[in-house]
Amino acid sequence: MADTMNRASHDDAPLSTANNQRQAIDEATDSLIVQRGDTLVARAVTINRPRAELYAFWRDFSNLPPILDNVVRIDVLDGERSHWVVRSPGGGTVEWDSRITEDREGELIAWASEEGADIPNSGRIEFRDAGNRGTVVVATINYAQPYGTFGRILSRIFQREPKMQAQRDLRRFKQLMETGEVATSSRTRKQLEEERS
Amino acid sequence: MRALTWHGKHDVRVDTVDDPEILNPRDAIIKITSTAICGSDLHLYDGYIPTMMAGDILGHEFMGEVVETGARSTLKKGQRVVVPFTIACGACYHCGKHQYSGCENGLPADNQDIGQELYGQPMAGLFGYSHLTGGYAGGQAEYVRVPFSDVGPIVIPDGIEDDKVLFLSDILPTGWMAAENAEIEPGDTVAVWGCGPVGLFAVQSAFLMGAERVIAIDHFPRRLELARRFGAETINFEETDTAAALFEMTGGIGPDAVIDSVGLEAHGFFVDNVLDQLKKSTFLGTDRIHSIRQAILACRKGGRVSMPAVYGGFVDKFPLGALMEKGLTLKTGQTHVQHYMPALLNAILEEKIDTTFLISHTLPLEQAPQGYKMFHDNQNEVTKVVLKPGRALAAE
Repeated sequence: MADTMNRASHDDAPLSTANNQRQAIDEATDSLIVQRGDTLVARAVTINRPRAELYAFWRDFSNLPPILDNVVRIDVLDGERSHWVVRSPGGGTVEWDSRITEDREGELIAWASEEGADIPNSGRIEFRDAGNRGTVVVATINYAQPYGTFGRILSRIFQREPKMQAQRDLRRFKQLMETGEVATSSRTRKQLEEERS
Repeated sequence: MRALTWHGKHDVRVDTVDDPEILNPRDAIIKITSTAICGSDLHLYDGYIPTMMAGDILGHEFMGEVVETGARSTLKKGQRVVVPFTIACGACYHCGKHQYSGCENGLPADNQDIGQELYGQPMAGLFGYSHLTGGYAGGQAEYVRVPFSDVGPIVIPDGIEDDKVLFLSDILPTGWMAAENAEIEPGDTVAVWGCGPVGLFAVQSAFLMGAERVIAIDHFPRRLELARRFGAETINFEETDTAAALFEMTGGIGPDAVIDSVGLEAHGFFVDNVLDQLKKSTFLGTDRIHSIRQAILACRKGGRVSMPAVYGGFVDKFPLGALMEKGLTLKTGQTHVQHYMPALLNAILEEKIDTTFLISHTLPLEQAPQGYKMFHDNQNEVTKVVLKPGRALAAE
């Protein structure tokens, strides 16, 4: 847990919740992740399943598109590299190659985008034992905000704002791991297809 | 299929819509045989609840026959089941503690944002109660899709009619949990505000839990009469100074436990709460909490306050000082229906509890719009409307 401590503000809260985001990013990229931008997002969720099971699911990136709402496709290139195709707020797609920068079995996976990424990004997902509550999963993402302020407004309008998106994606991960399915209130297959498209 | 759909204020219609389908492995499709209109449905009818969309199917009190099951459903075709109004997964931390209404997986991920904003954490999903509670189609229809069918629905033995068990879906467990939260001790006097279905079931439950006296408070004579039938003493608040009467009736001590089953009467998210939240309409908050304020002031020192009544937002002039100075305990929450269903079904089978007295009107589903109107216009005579989709088919 020590590596997520917010040393600058002298407390134990996660870096992403610090009021001073500039300082938080400097700290995070100093020790946690490779720096790829000026925005830091982190979300934690408790999942009532063993750590090893959650890690194994996540480590196989081809499992992720159904829970990551905006991800159109992930092509696994080799043991460390993968190609991501993601919906952009404007309606098109953005793409990048991602490389695993750190991998500790059952504990964490860290990645960073390679040169030429449409949206430079990096991050890590950690799995920590939580006793009889299962596992605390913490996702930390650092990225370059596309198209500046305009992009931020656009992504909020289209609900593809990364902070909200990360939260929803972790909820879907939790649902799939705990219940074996992703919750939907659709009534018919047609509605479900529209909802997921 | 035919279904009661919402189109706007005082505009509900029976439409033909697509049948529900199995979408997830734990789903089941239930053919509805009985479904009730809840008091909280009237707030949808009155247009108070935000995020309703034209065509939404209402209804969260229902039961029926299993006609289709997903690969991981534990139900079998032909079984009769009552379905809890809360949608809970049975696998998360809260379900593990039997706090089903706090289920973390009942709502679709995108529908969890608003609960997180309003309350800090999202709650379980609900059937037929706006898109704030998930946007799930309700059971005032011929068929309904039930998620997590291996956890929620309870199987009903053959030979016991629908009307005896239908209220296991919401109001009976809610009344029972209200009495349980009042932590009744033998010899206690319990005061109950509101003699709607939940209040009346709370009266029954309080006696079953050992209360010596129950004092029921309302202003509809017919509802007070029903409370009296179970042995309650009554106060008509339009004719009596309730606070003074409670003081005198308990020899100046006050009731040992008080139950507020009035509240905002809706399953949360009442429009004025949301407005309150936005600080646009604070005046609305001041007199709507009349019943809980009166209950806290009436309760004896060291007593218990149980609040099954639904509140959705912030309130003003809440007597926090009285709660503290008198050393009261306050317990509340949306009902953990799945937790209470098995024991209450047994109580019904053993004839310790009868809920059929509540039903004043039974109609075919096709006449649901008239049912809403009569329930809305005459709450004294109309205590509960039960709809029978099967009967509608037979009439066609």
